[in-house]
Amino acid sequence: MLVIKDLQASIEDKQILKGINLTVKPGEVHAIMGPNGSGKSTLSAVLTGNPAYTVTGGSAEFYGKDLLALSPEDRAHEGLFLSFQYPVEIPGVSMVNFMRTALNEKRKYFGQEPLSAADFLKIMREKRSIVQLDNKLASRAVNEGFSGGEKKRNEIFQMAMLEPKLSILDETDSGLDIDALRIVASGVNTLKSKDNATIVITHYQRLLDYIKPDFVHVLYKGRIVMSAGPELALELEEKGYDWIKEQVDSQQ
Amino acid sequence: MNALQQYIDLYDASREFIEQQSPALLNTLRREARERLASARLPRKGSEDYEASDLEAVFAHDYGVNVNRLPFDADPSEAFHCDVPNMSTCLYYTSNDAFHSSATAERNIGKVVVEPFSMAAVDYPELMASYYGKLANMDDPTVALNTLLVQDGLFIYVPDGVIAERPVQLVNIFNAALDMMVHRRILIIVGKNAAIKLLACDHTQSPDYQYLNNQVIEIVAMQGSTVDYYDMEESTPKTNRVSSIYVDQHEGSNVLIDGITLTNGFTRNNYHVEVNGEHAETHLLGMTIASGEQHVDSHTFISHNAPRCHSNEMFKYVLNDNAVGAFAGKILVQPNCPRVEAYQGNRNLCSAPTAKMYTKPQLEIYTDDVMCSHGSAVGQLDEEALFYMRTRGIGLEEARRLLMQAFVADVIDGVRLDALKDRLHYLVEKRFAGTLSSCAGCLAACRSND
Repeated sequence: MLVIKDLQASIEDKQILKGINLTVKPGEVHAIMGPNGSGKSTLSAVLTGNPAYTVTGGSAEFYGKDLLALSPEDRAHEGLFLSFQYPVEIPGVSMVNFMRTALNEKRKYFGQEPLSAADFLKIMREKRSIVQLDNKLASRAVNEGFSGGEKKRNEIFQMAMLEPKLSILDETDSGLDIDALRIVASGVNTLKSKDNATIVITHYQRLLDYIKPDFVHVLYKGRIVMSAGPELALELEEKGYDWIKEQVDSQQ
Repeated sequence: MNALQQYIDLYDASREFIEQQSPALLNTLRREARERLASARLPRKGSEDYEASDLEAVFAHDYGVNVNRLPFDADPSEAFHCDVPNMSTCLYYTSNDAFHSSATAERNIGKVVVEPFSMAAVDYPELMASYYGKLANMDDPTVALNTLLVQDGLFIYVPDGVIAERPVQLVNIFNAALDMMVHRRILIIVGKNAAIKLLACDHTQSPDYQYLNNQVIEIVAMQGSTVDYYDMEESTPKTNRVSSIYVDQHEGSNVLIDGITLTNGFTRNNYHVEVNGEHAETHLLGMTIASGEQHVDSHTFISHNAPRCHSNEMFKYVLNDNAVGAFAGKILVQPNCPRVEAYQGNRNLCSAPTAKMYTKPQLEIYTDDVMCSHGSAVGQLDEEALFYMRTRGIGLEEARRLLMQAFVADVIDGVRLDALKDRLHYLVEKRFAGTLSSCAGCLAACRSND
């Protein structure tokens, strides 16, 4: 579904991504790990179209479409989702209004009629239970005053509502206690199917105990420098990144 | 150049005529007004308290003044079919400068008095004499000009202990087929422990003509009374307005004033509140949504002259295109007024780089043991929030609209009239979507025949 070739991107003239190659197929779970500052969050930002970043080379195709030519909202409509590392608070916009607008914009994109209020609330109720999100939170402003754990649960709730084909979870485990981590992970696993795929960006093996990856990639200095099966994550947990850094740096 | 001169000359030439057609009480203040104006000049842009607005330029246009009291229109309630959603009001009209009542006006009869000065001068001569022109300050040349040329006005009186069952709604319409200036005047007296909600909506029916409304409103809130005054402007780019509201609050009174501008040309709103009794509460709210060449300037002054009072002030502006907004707010706490709480806020969103906002918050405090704050901010839409919404599939325009609506939501939620609150959320949504037609407007949802 996703084919990334030699993707390069910069922010404020600083080159962050220096040639990313990655292919994701339906049903797969990919973990992207790597030391701080290697470009993991930049990759998710570029794929979802954050205007702060400039693509300087390469390509990304999503189901054969040129992903990089689409607006962020159209990428969402086509089935791309990002769970933010730091979900944004939007005072004054209620979760209900936010989600209803999002769902109806997607329906409009595909030429469908807007959802009725009753149908929408029914869907909202169903999906809320997947991540045990309190009804009170759903009636509040988007992320406003939510705890760290509630914000991350809210991200997965939105993912459930939007039913994306490819979800990128950007450090969804950061700031979560064990219970919240379990709820979030089980939410992700519930939504998993043979038709959708997930890219998990994380620092720790911990999350991968719950969300089992098929592939583990190491991102370093803007490139994927190593790819292997789930055993790589365990090795990294044990040995850290220094051995990979040394290997890569000596090659240069 | 002196823009006032043409109006002074007009008065001098038509003085007898004007006086003949007015209640005698109105004539008693004209001499003083004439004397004040002899040496007065309208403020130019950049002068004190007029950093952003040029009144001289606004008044310099050659407006017609209806000194002969020619009727322009039959009863405007004939021309408007009103369908009030979820709210039944007592509806009155001002067509240009002439007052009309409507069929629904009788609903509060026997309790709330709403009548033109010409009648009130006969029915309530003592009240008129005691309060007309007592709050309004003729140091302001626009107030002096109103006092000089006003020929009638609206008298609203809620006797002691009367709680008005229904809101009183006043629909002001410009519909003259010539460039015209009017001097609307309202005197509101709310008796002890009485309560009333008032809604004034300014509309313009003829977008081709240039109008100026130079209005003065005096509100006396007696001990323990509650007064809500909602003032909504939904006019045209060629409709200008200078409005001065003066409020006298007695002990334990609760006054809310909310100025809303959705569409207009040039507007200057002056709010002057004297809090004269203990335990009085003042809520001063403002919301402006301006685009194109709209100009909205609010000037507020709250003077705390008694201890243990509470005032809360919040003005919000959303400016697009070449719109200009201005806010100057001053809170004064006089000596020997302990335990006063006074809060002032002004928050502004410039959604285009060409939009301009001028803001000047001021506190002047002469008593210890008070709690006061003021704050002012001008910003743009939050880029992070916009991107977040777009990743959820909400298009850029829609995301911008949601954020702008969210920005003004708390000011709308300060409205103490549920039907109006709902209506405002709806109108603001339409305003941001650019689908607000000139008269989709007020709560009365008036539809003209044309």
